[in-house]
Amino acid sequence: MEFKFEGKLKTTSIVLMIIGVVALVGGFLTDDSEHHQRWWANLLINGYFYFAIALGALFFYALQYAAEVGWSAYIKRFFEAMFAYLPVGVIVIVIVLLAGQFHIHHLYHWMDNSLYYEYMVVAGDDVVYTNVKEANAIDNPNYDHLIAGKSAYLTSWFFWLRSIIYIATFLIFARLFRKWSLQEDREGGIKLHYLQYRRSALFLVFFAVFSSTLSWDWLMSIDTHWFSTLYGWYVFSGMWVSCMIFALVSLLFLRSKGYMPNLTDSHVHDLAKWMFAISMLWSYLWFSQFLLIWYSNIPEEVTYFMNRIFTDYAVPFWLMFFINFAVPFYVLIARDAKRNPKFILPVAILIFVGHFVDTYLLVIPGTMHDHNKFGLMEVGMFLGFLGLFMFVTFRALSKAPLVPVNHPYLQESKELSH
Amino acid sequence: MFDDEEVLMHDAEKLVEKGIRVKDVYSPFPIHGLDPIIGVKRTRLAIASFMYATAGTSLALLGMWYFMISDWPMNIGGKPSFTLIQNLPAFIPVTFEFSVLCAAHGMAITYLLRNGTLPGMPASNPDPRTTDDKFVMEITTDQNSQFSAEEIENMVRGTEMIELSIKDYE
Repeated sequence: MEFKFEGKLKTTSIVLMIIGVVALVGGFLTDDSEHHQRWWANLLINGYFYFAIALGALFFYALQYAAEVGWSAYIKRFFEAMFAYLPVGVIVIVIVLLAGQFHIHHLYHWMDNSLYYEYMVVAGDDVVYTNVKEANAIDNPNYDHLIAGKSAYLTSWFFWLRSIIYIATFLIFARLFRKWSLQEDREGGIKLHYLQYRRSALFLVFFAVFSSTLSWDWLMSIDTHWFSTLYGWYVFSGMWVSCMIFALVSLLFLRSKGYMPNLTDSHVHDLAKWMFAISMLWSYLWFSQFLLIWYSNIPEEVTYFMNRIFTDYAVPFWLMFFINFAVPFYVLIARDAKRNPKFILPVAILIFVGHFVDTYLLVIPGTMHDHNKFGLMEVGMFLGFLGLFMFVTFRALSKAPLVPVNHPYLQESKELSH
Repeated sequence: MFDDEEVLMHDAEKLVEKGIRVKDVYSPFPIHGLDPIIGVKRTRLAIASFMYATAGTSLALLGMWYFMISDWPMNIGGKPSFTLIQNLPAFIPVTFEFSVLCAAHGMAITYLLRNGTLPGMPASNPDPRTTDDKFVMEITTDQNSQFSAEEIENMVRGTEMIELSIKDYE
């Protein structure tokens, strides 16, 4: 069966995108912060959040192959459609990073070249930074001992090399997976299945490293003085749970429209179990990071939470943790709740917004400090990128049969009942 | 007695259609999809486990509050020690572990009690071969009073079982 991307769904996504464009333009014009910092920060948040959902889908897709999973064969096309957004998400992130590199905004404090040199030689308007104390050199007031100590990792060629490697790896694997999946539809047999099985395992090896390091590079480096070894997993679990929510809600929507007749309550149950389980993983990692930093109370570690708990961000910060942990835990713990869309939908939408707020709070306190504003621009950009994500996903979904034709586990998946 | 779980499931379905109530099935491993056929109600163990865990959480927090806050406030690493809520993060790991401990032990003990399989209890298994590679379906005359014993026997003989044993329990 082919999915047709038309009607209300298409209109909704286009309206959302128009709201997004209005928010982007209007936000840029009305944003009075220095260097349009607030606008750029929101672009990074939305760019990253939706890129991460697509990346989560790619990861989940590879996981299903590497673990030889049967039940998800019926719904695997939806994950393919979700990771079709990767190139678009990459463009947004690259725009933000390039703008940072050319000092159009100042989200990444460490991109400021003057931080790395102890001395400077001033001759008229020319400033030459140096680490050698020459006769006419004076102390560089911008010199940051901690950031200079990280210069080997943060140096710009190495940063860009890493970013390009991540992006290239993800895009290449996404393209190959899609290609093989469509080829399997035409040719059948199990050769392609085992090829995907092996390549998925290979991808997971790359992903394990890159999902951590990309979150250090693109998000953790905003709070340059601070570091946390758990950060990568914590960000990764957030991306995974947002991805499962988007897939679950969309599949429920498709089922209600009469597509996917074999999508049983058991599939819904399994997806909701993932949503529940990864919410708990996220809470566990969030708390592990918090507890160790809170307990040891070392100045260089505790700054991150000081900026979030003892400022105006405290209310959204705690509320976000409460929503993302307690709501799925208490509402979805029962078996029947996980099979009933009436329970799933409100929780899913609530924690989807909750995880967006989580991403928001990864970026904003480190970039806007105590002069942040929250307004229509934030809401509009969130909705706009949601519309873009929906548009790209559903359009990719309509390009191929909704259900894979020759997947070896397809029958098992269709007969799923437990 | 059967030697294949698929055959058993198929025959159980046929017997239930004729109106027979199957008392129980003994098997060396769980048979997926059998429960709804023979009308086994869904387990309430999960609800019990939730209650045990909640009891564990409450008990752990109460205990921590009494030991560390109320009875003798302890200063460990300069952490706040005069209210429960301020010091809550330090108590979470213990609370979590204690909840899991209570839930796990409570669940295991409830399960053993309810099944009558506590250590030392007499085995209710009709045939020890079901712990190896055979499957036994148990049908009693009490639960099927609308049929006579002969009718039941005839119906059961129509299945693809490998052995039938008729016992008179009193």
